Amino acid sequence: MTLSDIIFYLFVGSILTFSVLTVTSRRILRSAVYLLFVLVSTAGLYFMLNYNFLAAVQLTVYAGGIIVLIIFSILLTSHVSEKAVVAPVRQQIFSALAVAAGAVLTLMTIFKFGFTPATSPAIDSNVQNVGRALVSYGRDGYALPFEVISILLLAAMVGAIVLAKKEKHLETTDTKSNN
Amino acid sequence: MIGNISLNSFLAISTLMFFIGIYGFLTRRNLITMLMSIELILNSVNINFVVFNRFLYPNQLQGHFFSLIVIAVAASEAAVAIAIIINIYRNFKSIDVENLDQMKF
Repeated sequence: MTLSDIIFYLFVGSILTFSVLTVTSRRILRSAVYLLFVLVSTAGLYFMLNYNFLAAVQLTVYAGGIIVLIIFSILLTSHVSEKAVVAPVRQQIFSALAVAAGAVLTLMTIFKFGFTPATSPAIDSNVQNVGRALVSYGRDGYALPFEVISILLLAAMVGAIVLAKKEKHLETTDTKSNN
Repeated sequence: MIGNISLNSFLAISTLMFFIGIYGFLTRRNLITMLMSIELILNSVNINFVVFNRFLYPNQLQGHFFSLIVIAVAASEAAVAIAIIINIYRNFKSIDVENLDQMKF
């Protein structure tokens, strides 16, 4: 057993344990922290696959951005000591059965299917190549998706601000009628 | 750095993570925890893309860029979803899906 095997199984173990804990923990804040551990371990897998830029993006956007956003919204909407309501036991059992059936089916298909291993030499996925591919518009260039995603981010930002904004008129009329 | 770890073991972990996310989505009753299950699902799909890219087509970077774009979409989706959740909390004082039946006929 080599060192990379040991590291891989460490990541696998932490991903599986913490994902199960994420969906079963009764305390919402704790399950957000478990989700953070899952995402960090996934970034570790990306580092093992030698995609350093993707791993860095995973760490900053997922672990740094989304988790912080989720934790903020948990603190805004529920009490820290509050325990989450869970589904009735019957429903839990049936969902577990359905999920286990799906997982077994998918795993059987994966292990039966013979993937043809790559023969072509690997391209170096350093930041220079990634950045050049992101802004080039020829073959193997990703300038169009890059622009589309920037417009999507802008639209999501404006939409989130508009949605979460307080409506001033309604608030004032409400307080007036209450008084 | 991969050593002799096979493609199948990466696919197995991503499958398990995907179905754990689905289990969470089916059993949770809180909007934020359901959102967290969706993040788990998206993350497992990302692992799939990256692993296929690395093991089967290492001469291109398509899976890599697809994962990058999925991460960006997940971030914007989380932002909008949390704005909606905060709005729901402001109107109903609760984010449990059991209480959100105002639009049911």
